[in-house]
Amino acid sequence: MSTDKVLNKVKGICKETRTKDKRIVLIVEKEKMKELAKELRDMGFDHVKSVTGIDYPQKGQMEVIYHISSYQDPELMGIIVEIRTTVDRDRPELPSLVDIWPSAEYLEREEYDLMGIIFKGHPELKRLLLPEDYEGIPPLRKDFKIPTEGIEA
Amino acid sequence: MSGEDRYIELLWGPQHPSSGHMRFIVKMDGDVVSEFYPDPGYRHVGIEKIAETKTYIQIIPLIERPAILDAANLNFVYVLALEKLLDIEAPPRAQYLRTMMAEFNRIASHLYGIGIFGIMIGSSTEFMWAFGDREIIIELMQMVGGARLTYSYMVPGGVRNDLPDGFKEKALKGLKYIERRLEDHKRIFLENAVTLSRLVGVGVIKKEEAIKLGIVGPNLRASGVRYDVRKAEPYGAYPELDFEMAVREEGDCYARLMVRIDEIKTSIYLIRQILDKMPSGPILHERFMRYLAKWKAYMERMKKIKFPPIFVSLRPPKGDSFARVECGRGEATCYIVSDGSTNPYRVRLVTPSFRNIIAFKYSMPGHRLADIPSIYGSLDYFPPGADR
Amino acid sequence: MGGGNTKEKVRKGPLVWLGDCPIIRHLRDWGIKYSLWPVHFTTACCGCEIAAFSGPKYDAERFGVLPFFSPRTCNLLLIEGTITKKMAKAVKIIYEQMPDPKFVIAMGSCALDGGLFWNSYNIVRPHKIVPVDVFITGCPPRPEAVLRSATMIQDKIGGGRLRLSEYR
Repeated sequence: MSTDKVLNKVKGICKETRTKDKRIVLIVEKEKMKELAKELRDMGFDHVKSVTGIDYPQKGQMEVIYHISSYQDPELMGIIVEIRTTVDRDRPELPSLVDIWPSAEYLEREEYDLMGIIFKGHPELKRLLLPEDYEGIPPLRKDFKIPTEGIEA
Repeated sequence: MSGEDRYIELLWGPQHPSSGHMRFIVKMDGDVVSEFYPDPGYRHVGIEKIAETKTYIQIIPLIERPAILDAANLNFVYVLALEKLLDIEAPPRAQYLRTMMAEFNRIASHLYGIGIFGIMIGSSTEFMWAFGDREIIIELMQMVGGARLTYSYMVPGGVRNDLPDGFKEKALKGLKYIERRLEDHKRIFLENAVTLSRLVGVGVIKKEEAIKLGIVGPNLRASGVRYDVRKAEPYGAYPELDFEMAVREEGDCYARLMVRIDEIKTSIYLIRQILDKMPSGPILHERFMRYLAKWKAYMERMKKIKFPPIFVSLRPPKGDSFARVECGRGEATCYIVSDGSTNPYRVRLVTPSFRNIIAFKYSMPGHRLADIPSIYGSLDYFPPGADR
Repeated sequence: MGGGNTKEKVRKGPLVWLGDCPIIRHLRDWGIKYSLWPVHFTTACCGCEIAAFSGPKYDAERFGVLPFFSPRTCNLLLIEGTITKKMAKAVKIIYEQMPDPKFVIAMGSCALDGGLFWNSYNIVRPHKIVPVDVFITGCPPRPEAVLRSATMIQDKIGGGRLRLSEYR
């Protein structure tokens, strides 16, 4: 149905695709992200729902996931598109999608604050939730440990 | 005066009767706002980091706290995402009970929003009346859930309690009272001359800008966009119920207030349908019920479940899942990544208040100082929801 | 003597003797007791129960508790819920701006020892920054519990009728 229509248009740019029910997953290189984003915006997907960063210290990588959907098109309203890309853990930089989708402004800023991922081209990349004079590693990384219940190892 | 001297910078701080627990940095040019920066983070505890140290069932009270007025809806989004990972679906009676609690919570959340809005523009009568009406709904929910605000009612596979005896008559009586009271609110606040002159035409967000900024909830529907998660991707018992979306075209503060009043009426209509059509049956999925075979008579007499021991060491298979739900303030999403152990690898929760922060920055400039509380109250922003 | 820390602030000399006369002391305590005004300072999710506590069902104003806007004119600080590092600076500044005699109520489990978020990286225990008079447990505590804590402070001011073994 509509998921096949969406997939046929973007198959060339992505590295790998898969679908499950109404969720389309597109895995892409970070250099081609802006091209893919422009393609999806012209198809009718007009806002970003969430930006997630996941830390994989054993592989030395971090994964960034965007969830996109549409407000106006009644066919695309029920579909969620997931754009996944990986960056290096020591130099986590990738291009920001704020000039294509302005709704990603505060979502990307939160991931910069809590995970340390730098979005190049963001209009206002500053601390949002933590105090301004916070020093140390970003809290959501796996090497920042907090106390847990039970017997400490 | 010219140049940089004509701008005054105000810090509208965390202790102020009309600021809640966040700070604004406002740059004023005389009496007109020229730039506006929200500064959240005064209640950031790091729920996403704490969730990585707890088991899947222990996260349920944690996820409820960001929007404590709307606890049932946030509980719903987490449990939906977890059930997609486990690949199970709750039985029909549990779906209806979940939807009923979600709709009651929506009425309570809107009454809170209208009360706080009233006192921000100076009408303390509206504050008292809205909070008095909200107590009726809280008492009804207390009969089913067991607590005033945080019930932790939904668990993966079903719900925890069944309805007590005589609940249906009391609920219908309470809803009829709320409907009658909405007419009184109309006379005092909604059609008051002071309200109309302070709210009509103020803080207009046009349709294209609302879609571009990605705001959610009644703020979006007051600008003319027909989007509601209950119609776009129905969950719970919504596929079998019918209702009308409340949409207005103007996009100013008054339209946002009236959309909330229309949504209260829609919720009352939905709850009456649910109480009529409620099916009978078990309230927890078979996969967990089979551990509780010897407690069956006890559970039927006390009308609640006993937690099966499998909940302590619940290990979903490897993978990830995404779910979205319409809370009182807008759309909430939850994304869980599991690596096969008892604790999740990553939980990402985006609340509706966090997605509405961007409306402050782009809708305030150009208005006068006295319009700031009007626009703030109409957006129904709850600071702990944005900070998590 | 009365509650709060009036002892340090009153100057030595004839004023102390006058302030200790029973009639003046009773008048002063009666005035403080029935006009405990909290600062308008919501800190976290327990703020919903404070709003309900000022509402019509659990009326707070009949005990004299009326939220007022400026810290320079209030004498009660209600710390509701979680205090983060950013908010702790604000709490300290407001506590120092309030005039003597002043009282502090710490409301909710988060104000006791962290509550549900005890292992977070961003919270502070309030009894380490300001001296607390009454602790309330609950998550969130019922509005009746907050009313009871206001009457506990009134008893404490009233002089000596509060015995610790009663409120264990």
